[in-house]
Amino acid sequence: MAFGVRGWTGPIVILAIVLVTAAVARVGRQLVPFALAVIPLVASILLINTFLFPGATDVIVRIGPLTPTWTGLEAALQATLRVAAFALSVAVFALTTPTDQLLADLERRGLGRRGVFVIGAAIGMIPRIAERASEITDSQRARGLDTQGSRWRRVRGVVPLAGPMIVSSLSEVEERTMALEARAFSAPRPRTVLRVLPDSAAQRAVRWIAGIGAIALVAASIAGLVPLP
Amino acid sequence: MVLRLAGVGYAYAGTAKPVLNDIDLEVEPGRVVAVVGPNEAGKSTLCLVAAGLAPASIGGRLTGSVLLGGAETATLKPFEAAQRCGILFQNPATQLSGTTATVWEEIAFGPRNLGLPLDDVVGRVESAMAALGIAALADRDPTRLSGGQAQLVALAAVVALGPSVLVLDEPTSQLDPAGTRFVGDALARLATEAGTAILLVEHKTALVARIANEAVLLVGGRIERRGPARDLLADPTIEKHGVEPPPSVRIERAAAAAGQSDRLRGIDLAALESAPLEATALAGELS
Repeated sequence: MAFGVRGWTGPIVILAIVLVTAAVARVGRQLVPFALAVIPLVASILLINTFLFPGATDVIVRIGPLTPTWTGLEAALQATLRVAAFALSVAVFALTTPTDQLLADLERRGLGRRGVFVIGAAIGMIPRIAERASEITDSQRARGLDTQGSRWRRVRGVVPLAGPMIVSSLSEVEERTMALEARAFSAPRPRTVLRVLPDSAAQRAVRWIAGIGAIALVAASIAGLVPLP
Repeated sequence: MVLRLAGVGYAYAGTAKPVLNDIDLEVEPGRVVAVVGPNEAGKSTLCLVAAGLAPASIGGRLTGSVLLGGAETATLKPFEAAQRCGILFQNPATQLSGTTATVWEEIAFGPRNLGLPLDDVVGRVESAMAALGIAALADRDPTRLSGGQAQLVALAAVVALGPSVLVLDEPTSQLDPAGTRFVGDALARLATEAGTAILLVEHKTALVARIANEAVLLVGGRIERRGPARDLLADPTIEKHGVEPPPSVRIERAAAAAGQSDRLRGIDLAALESAPLEATALAGELS
């Protein structure tokens, strides 16, 4: 909806919902790193749109060859709000939804065991890869590799780090595959559902209303039926 | 007979030379058969073949017959073989699914794959945890366990599938003496109390001497010698194949060399297999 509804309304409404949800879930402070992470993207959006918006003539001020425009600034701020709304809504989802509960519910709703495994393994792999990278860095450093010198030296150091990382990960794949086979992963029957998460009628109703409402609003906005600011 | 290999040979896919040649091996219920031998002897390959993973999962060429509970592994699908034979590898980290939040759920991973009723899954998990003495770990994060604990969890995860055969490929290679003792005790309980047939590949001959009934020496893909575990491990010729004798054998030899065999009367040498410090001290005294 942040991207689908024209004008300011879509991103502002989504951002408001996200911030209220974050406050209720008490994860507001944990959103800060996510907000900081989008700064480079937001900065580039602001600069490019404000200074290089095609066809805009309402110049704010002339700074030598640079001509920022009001139209460009408005488009840049709207795009910034959309990016922030999207990034923070993903962050709130990640911060308020335990992976195992998400996977359990997806599985209960019919996502196959391979799909669940791929998602779960991908999420679980991130800290493992970081751990292994740290181990390899330490062992390479112990053998004299400069991993803390100038930027160029560190860039050159990526090759001896990436090699063992890729090779060791690949060598584990076969053993992991066999370990899965040894745990009946290829059995044909649907997996046993371990737990059913609480899902009240009110929650279901809110989900349906939110989903249908968002689709309707986006469609109406695109069709120009709802003149939102 | 739960596990029987008769005239088995195996070559990996893309290679002509067999890694295993003419292997005859039997493991009965409640018995532990150990496989010792030098590196590159084919021990890990033997594990894959015995568990039905080779060639079913990794390809290759199998000759001879591998029977699991009376069924040829060549006719079993991997998930069917998994219910007859569990396999445990060296590295516990690669055996955990990486998709579960607790040890309990990790152990339930296999039974859930079979689509068993929830009560059955719960029963199997509780029973496997009790058998391995890890009930206290139920709520722990499986990725935050010590090596010994993780290996026990991996073993419990396999045991929860209810196999009558366990194939263990150096299950204690990454464990300290305490972790090795825990896993050894658990394996001994599974054999004696649950009647599980166990094929154990292991370099730690102290563990082999402690829990194995029979042992075979595998060299160059062939079985060179076989016999009661303690007898085979006491055979001086195994050392030329890189197999270290266990502490009890070293102590007996030290005592004999020093003419002090009488001093060993009344000493429980078998108990020294799980007490390396005491064994070292006694060997020092004798020499």
